[in-house]
Amino acid sequence: MDEEAKMPENPVVPTPNDIISIEPAPPRRSEWRRFARVFFGRKLYLVGFIIVVIIILTAIFAPVLTPYDPEKNDLTSRLQTPNAEHLLGTDQLGRDILTRIVYGARVSLIIGFSAVFASTIVGTIMGLAAAHYGGWVFAIIMRIADVLMALPAIILMMLIAGMLKGGGIWIVVFALGFGGIAPMARMMCGQALSVKQNDYIMAARAVGMSNWRIMFTQIFPNAYPPLIVGLTMGIGGVVLGEAGLSFLGIGVQAPTPSWGGMVMDGQRFLLTNPLLSLMPGVAIMFLVFGFNMVGDGVRDAIDPRLRGVI
Amino acid sequence: MALLDVQGLQTYFHTEYGLVKAADGVTFHVNQGEIIGLVGESGCGKSVSILSVMRLITSPPGETVGGKVIFDGKDLLKYKPNGREMRAIRGSKLTMIFQEPMSSLNPVLTISRQLTETLELHLDMDKRAAKERAIELLRMVGVPDAANRVDDYPHQFSGGMRQRVMIAMALSCNPAIIFADEPTTAVDVTTQAQLLELMKDLVTRLNTALVIVTHNLGVVARYAERIYVMYAGRIIESGRSEDIFGNPRHPYTIGLLHSVPKLGERHGTRKLIPIYGLPPDLINMPPTCAFLPRCTEKIGRCEKEPWPELRAVGDDHYISCYVDIKGK
Repeated sequence: MDEEAKMPENPVVPTPNDIISIEPAPPRRSEWRRFARVFFGRKLYLVGFIIVVIIILTAIFAPVLTPYDPEKNDLTSRLQTPNAEHLLGTDQLGRDILTRIVYGARVSLIIGFSAVFASTIVGTIMGLAAAHYGGWVFAIIMRIADVLMALPAIILMMLIAGMLKGGGIWIVVFALGFGGIAPMARMMCGQALSVKQNDYIMAARAVGMSNWRIMFTQIFPNAYPPLIVGLTMGIGGVVLGEAGLSFLGIGVQAPTPSWGGMVMDGQRFLLTNPLLSLMPGVAIMFLVFGFNMVGDGVRDAIDPRLRGVI
Repeated sequence: MALLDVQGLQTYFHTEYGLVKAADGVTFHVNQGEIIGLVGESGCGKSVSILSVMRLITSPPGETVGGKVIFDGKDLLKYKPNGREMRAIRGSKLTMIFQEPMSSLNPVLTISRQLTETLELHLDMDKRAAKERAIELLRMVGVPDAANRVDDYPHQFSGGMRQRVMIAMALSCNPAIIFADEPTTAVDVTTQAQLLELMKDLVTRLNTALVIVTHNLGVVARYAERIYVMYAGRIIESGRSEDIFGNPRHPYTIGLLHSVPKLGERHGTRKLIPIYGLPPDLINMPPTCAFLPRCTEKIGRCEKEPWPELRAVGDDHYISCYVDIKGK
């Protein structure tokens, strides 16, 4: 038989049915499991996570953990060194330091979470709007952000907290959250602009989606990983900011226990009773460290490419 | 009466270097259920033309400044590019398949989500019905194990499979016309054949018109019923597939066909003849025929008169040339 005869008359073009593979689909691995594997895979992230969980639990169960009232003075037992009744001693008004640290966790977390969430929501909407409308909307929003970012955050916070005298928790939240809007807006805008260049955005337009629909269903899901990371990392920063404001006396006002305020109160007794300032300082350190580690872990688990960017 | 009638479409881009006339008087029509080929080299305005029809030209810098796009008795150029009327047509009556299957699907949304989005948007389906329809569509385009794969993410699909998903998406609302912009350029040759065969099969079955935009003459030769050849932002020859390939009349088309090797031709029997020179700079277009500098057939008239209008040289066969080459 010669070569020619073996060749089919027409090239066989497979129909869709021919190419159905019979291999079983690979087992589906959930996104969460992948996330957990990376996140808990490194000891440092795990330690951070445990610290954060402990602090959150402490804040929730504060009344169960300690028998004392964090705000009630007891002048008969002031400035005690650590003993069986007061594990970390007492302050100048006779309040148990450990109790105040435990309750202080509540204040720190409430301020940290609400300030960061508020600035994230506002910043995200501003950033998306700037990227979406472009033109003069973009110019105005971004210039405002530039101006806000040109001021050192602490000055901005002091300005707001100082102007809105009163010292309630929500004023502190506002002061701290306000400072977080501009970086968030810039980041979201940058993300949205870069995601917008992708072919699938053109494809989404080609199926007739409106601009806002594209913004929220197509662009936002692709742009949010840095947002989550910024959010977790931001909490540490805000807690630090709150401590700073309280230390300067324009943060949370006495008698509400706040770690920054305790550091300030204790500085007068630094030589005689250093634990007064030291212990709340250590608490701040742990919380910030914990949230920063969780932030790093979340970043690596969500999108390793962001390492070094945020 | 043609389903889609594009007349004298002009889309310009304002760039730092000047005005780029990417499409300058493009005229074509599409009948129901027809497969059309729009061919030309890179940068000749093929994609711009169909993006203009879809009103998807990004403005700025692009702008559709003239012409008419009559679809369903209405001029689409009268609508706002992102207005409600245009959005209602895009994705349901006129749909598109893009060149890059790897980047045309949103990486963070499941296939199901992306398919149902269109269905919910245009056909008002509820979630469950849309999902069932999505699975049915995936089956139709030959995605194996569709019921399970529908919940996968795009990165779990291969390039060819993703292009099938794009085809499914384009077909989902029973469109009148599908524009396929270089649909097979990014996939390998075997997959190309499968995809084209699939598209042809589906559009024939659903009586949908298909416009294939490509620089690959082989693709249109096999599938297109009518062909439009574009050069420098204009249609320079149009006709039935057999006329274009069997009896090309424009020097550019002839040149194109001479420069493509044919399967089965023995080595040495025919020399490939390239078209010398480069396409014109779209910013500084000559007032005469844009192909003139490269043309081998030019006559005195070509140098003096503007670019000729399309004229009939046969049954449904038009060229834009003063010279009429026969028997080549």
